[in-house]
Amino acid sequence: MRIGVIGVQGAVAEHVEALRRALANMGIHGGVAWIRRLDQLKDVSALVIPGGESTTISKLMCKNGLFDEVKRLGGEGLPIMGTCAGLIVLAKRVVGAASGQRFLELLDVEVQRNAYGRQVDSFEAPITLSFSPDPFPGIFIRAPRILKVYGRARPIAFYREEVVGVEQDNLLGLTFHPELSNDTRVHEYFIEKAK
Amino acid sequence: MGILRVIEQKGTERLKRGFARMVKGGVIMDVTSVEQAIIAEEAGAVAVMALEKVPADIRQAGGVARMADPKKIQEIMDAVTIPVMAKVRIGHYAEALALEALGVDMIDESEVLTPADTYFHIDKRKFNVPFVCGARDLGEAVRRIWEGAAMIRTKGEAGTGNIVEAVKHVRLVNHGIRLLKHLTDDEIYRVAEEFSKPYLKLSMEVKERCGLPREVLRNEPIYEEYTFEEIVEGIYKILLEIRSLQRLPVVNFAAGGVATPADAALMMHMGMDGVFVGSGIFKSSNPEKMARAIVEAVNHYDEPDVIAEVSRDLGEPMRGLEIDKLLVRMEERGL
Repeated sequence: MRIGVIGVQGAVAEHVEALRRALANMGIHGGVAWIRRLDQLKDVSALVIPGGESTTISKLMCKNGLFDEVKRLGGEGLPIMGTCAGLIVLAKRVVGAASGQRFLELLDVEVQRNAYGRQVDSFEAPITLSFSPDPFPGIFIRAPRILKVYGRARPIAFYREEVVGVEQDNLLGLTFHPELSNDTRVHEYFIEKAK
Repeated sequence: MGILRVIEQKGTERLKRGFARMVKGGVIMDVTSVEQAIIAEEAGAVAVMALEKVPADIRQAGGVARMADPKKIQEIMDAVTIPVMAKVRIGHYAEALALEALGVDMIDESEVLTPADTYFHIDKRKFNVPFVCGARDLGEAVRRIWEGAAMIRTKGEAGTGNIVEAVKHVRLVNHGIRLLKHLTDDEIYRVAEEFSKPYLKLSMEVKERCGLPREVLRNEPIYEEYTFEEIVEGIYKILLEIRSLQRLPVVNFAAGGVATPADAALMMHMGMDGVFVGSGIFKSSNPEKMARAIVEAVNHYDEPDVIAEVSRDLGEPMRGLEIDKLLVRMEERGL
């Protein structure tokens, strides 16, 4: 199995590391690769769009041709997980987008950028996952908020009554950063999709 | 699902270092107006540094350089969706508290402004907002990390458009990191003691003025509430972590003299996580183009054809200064 992490900007190395640990925990033989050019997308069985600046990530993905190809692959069923900025890039509707910012428009959610405020409002809190009984360390950094879940998307992660993660067939979108915790349950859940 | 006791934590080290991780692979641009901030955002900057004057103009103007006017910082925060950073003088707690209250996303405790304290930097662990600090070598980097900096940048020599000092600082830090691999724990402890010495300056000066021997007393706090022994222990732990990671435990950017796309690519080749560009963009003849070119150069630093392409026809870069001819060496501020 070869998993790619879109590596144009942001917390790329953290996802690579988390995916490697998850693969090892699951006993799966596989590699994880940084994806910065179109030709590197060949043969990936799953893809992660990391946290970072969504404006920068989508601009650079458009510029190097990754944008259209990732959109096509996602539409065809390639497992894709977006965390924080990655969720914004995956979303169909975005409130508070920068002018001219483009989105993959794959995931049936409406999200608001920087919805909790600025960096001083960033927080850590335990969250619940629909697929695991124990609490998960939620790390929210200038996080977006999921305002609406519609169509085929369904909630899978909750902070208090709020939805902080959704799943839609091959897609996962999270407002928090599982790659900054030592807990690989979310990455393992995602890798299951690529099996 | 069990019932969760919801405890929200803010300002943790993980959140502060995590914020810095999100700007990796990016370019942070100095801006002095709303118009410049918008140009930076549109060019793909990951954050902007809101300033009264860019370093080249601070150098030219002379006098005391202070925190920017909060009104200007606020206007820039309102105009862009990317994070906004701002600078405070070294050791100036009140400026830092004001910027934290204003809600800037990261504070740069910067040698580019006139230092407020000749003994100490801010104890950054006491803040919820993350800090970035400059460093010229491994010792400065480790001291700032111990004080709670969530991100390190080279000092370089700001406002010169001359990359030579930034290259020197990257080399000094990187060689220091590699050297640790060859040292025993005892040797690293001695390095930690050496790196902790600048914290003794105030205490030694006071003892000398009192006619007392220049000795460290047991249980004598020498910086904030910390004794020398506690500082050495803290720095020792950070050095052990650096030895095993073979890099700094926080995000590490280049700054101070980046003026062209090739300068930015050079810094990335040397292992930096991203770059700050100060005067280099808005002191060039075509800022929009220069800004986009530097963003692309950071993204494609290992593709020479892209560097060649984005370097074409950029107009005049900033003029640049020779280090030997400078009246003020900003990098020498704050040990």
